[in-house]
Amino acid sequence: MKSESRLGAWIAMAIGTAYFLLPLIATFEFSLRMERGVYSFEAYRVVFADPQFQTTFGYSIVMALATILLGILLVVPTAYWVHLRLPKLRPIVEFITLLPLVIPAIVIVFGYLRMYNSSALIPLTGSERATDFLLVCSYVTLSLPYMYRSVDTGLRTIDVRTLTEAAEVLGANRATILFRVIFPNLTSAILSGAFLTFAIVIGEFTMASLLDRPAFGPYLQLIGANRAYEPSALAVIAFIITWASMGLINVFGRSKSAKPAH
Amino acid sequence: MAFLEISNLQKRFAGHTAVHDFSIDIDKGEFVTFLGPSGCGKTTILRMLAGFEAPSAGNIVFDGKNVTHVPTNQRNVGMVFQSYALFPNMTVAENIGFGLKVANMAKPTMDARVKEMLALIKLDSLADRYPWQMSGGQQQRVALARAIANKPKVLLLDEPLSALDAKIRIALREEIRVLQRALDITTVFVTHDQEEALSISDRIVVLNEGRGEQIGTPSEIYNYPRTRFVASFIGTLNQLPATVLDAGTGILSIAGHRATTSQPLGGLRNGQPCMVAIRPEAIHFGTDKNTMAAVVDEVNFLGSIVRIRTNVAGLEGEAGAVISLDVFNDPNQPPPQRGAAVTLCFSSENLLVLA
Repeated sequence: MKSESRLGAWIAMAIGTAYFLLPLIATFEFSLRMERGVYSFEAYRVVFADPQFQTTFGYSIVMALATILLGILLVVPTAYWVHLRLPKLRPIVEFITLLPLVIPAIVIVFGYLRMYNSSALIPLTGSERATDFLLVCSYVTLSLPYMYRSVDTGLRTIDVRTLTEAAEVLGANRATILFRVIFPNLTSAILSGAFLTFAIVIGEFTMASLLDRPAFGPYLQLIGANRAYEPSALAVIAFIITWASMGLINVFGRSKSAKPAH
Repeated sequence: MAFLEISNLQKRFAGHTAVHDFSIDIDKGEFVTFLGPSGCGKTTILRMLAGFEAPSAGNIVFDGKNVTHVPTNQRNVGMVFQSYALFPNMTVAENIGFGLKVANMAKPTMDARVKEMLALIKLDSLADRYPWQMSGGQQQRVALARAIANKPKVLLLDEPLSALDAKIRIALREEIRVLQRALDITTVFVTHDQEEALSISDRIVVLNEGRGEQIGTPSEIYNYPRTRFVASFIGTLNQLPATVLDAGTGILSIAGHRATTSQPLGGLRNGQPCMVAIRPEAIHFGTDKNTMAAVVDEVNFLGSIVRIRTNVAGLEGEAGAVISLDVFNDPNQPPPQRGAAVTLCFSSENLLVLA
């Protein structure tokens, strides 16, 4: 009975693994077949040599870093304040942060275009820099569920109220408490949120495309529509970036769990 | 003038008053303990002293300055928490130096002060450790050093020993007292542990349901509890119903036995029922004044002390017909056996009349 259920579990796992890995292996294998008759990394060489790849990838990295920074500055104080003073509002705040998961990105970006078009009160689509800012804001919205959850989980592992009171009684003001006590104790939680945000932003297509910004997502789409082997190479590169981000989350998560609770 | 004045302090939460009109004057360098069960308001008063809670009414004055509405970070108080509350991201030295850094103290002065504090708590060698690398007792000593590093006007201790095991608790409470005396720092200590309160304090405030029941020295609180609550909360006490026979001479009847008390019975009339109390250690076997016939029900050997439970016919006290007494363990004079008829005896001075 026991061995039967174990066999069933192995079969289920094998099917699941095949479901995820086979398309990836096939994509990778196809990306190596650019030169007729031999396997080579030619598609990767072409992709890396493409100036548009460098520009769009660099642009998306900058956008991702700006998104992470803005997201941290928005989410950490909010989550901290909710934990400290408004714990009853936690379910409402959690619900709000989950909204980007149920509202399609295209709906959000159309909302932005209506709200911030060039004839609106705040014309954020009027210049390239302003549109970049709007794009960062939209990325912050997209990554909100992940960033908020990471920070919220981190805050649950420390005694926010007592640490705040301990710092207050020693003469610290709110800013000192936030930057010298709370932020340093949330490093691994913030990094987890940051890597997830990075992985989301790097491959994001809808927002960047509709706001007409030269990001990596629209470039992926463009190459995919016009070339044969390079899109596969790009897909593999995008997966490696995502996996690297996930791996780093695990590394930082482990280093945190190695430290016993105080 | 007192160094710390608390006058008519009140705290109301939605539909519930946690502290009723509480007042006390505390002298410079005095060690005062707020003692009471959970929910009696002791921590709420401490939190108002720290500035974490705003009083609904009343005033708090530190060294002549009204601080009732002064924010916590400007009150210059030190506080030690039950959960230590050390900053996990900082080393021991950084934790102790946190308040000094916030106060913009020059680095050399700050380093010297941190060293001084480390020496004071005898943890010089652990300056670079993180809190999670230390034992509970060590962490609490660091928390104490951190609290006194920037020479606060008042030191607040919120059940700082509750999370520690018994042996460390006793050692640390002695250390706290020695430090407090050496630094002459006005201290308010909150605990629910009566032994801790009795052993460490200059004065004790016994709190019940947000009211100060009695304020006095440990000896006054223990030997002369003024209310039934204080009597029942501090130590073990035999609480017995009695009837006043002669209020003028202090003669009472306890389960039909005549007894006299040296306490004045000014507020009571002849024939009026009242409640009296006797400490177990104030009762002995003998036939002096104030005697009661009893039968030994149980004998518990507690080491240096033997606690004997006796039954007194006709008695309907808090513990039924039981009166307990404590006698010193004397191998040459073994305690009576179960079922033995004995005569209990106590002096008039030890018969307390409770309000």
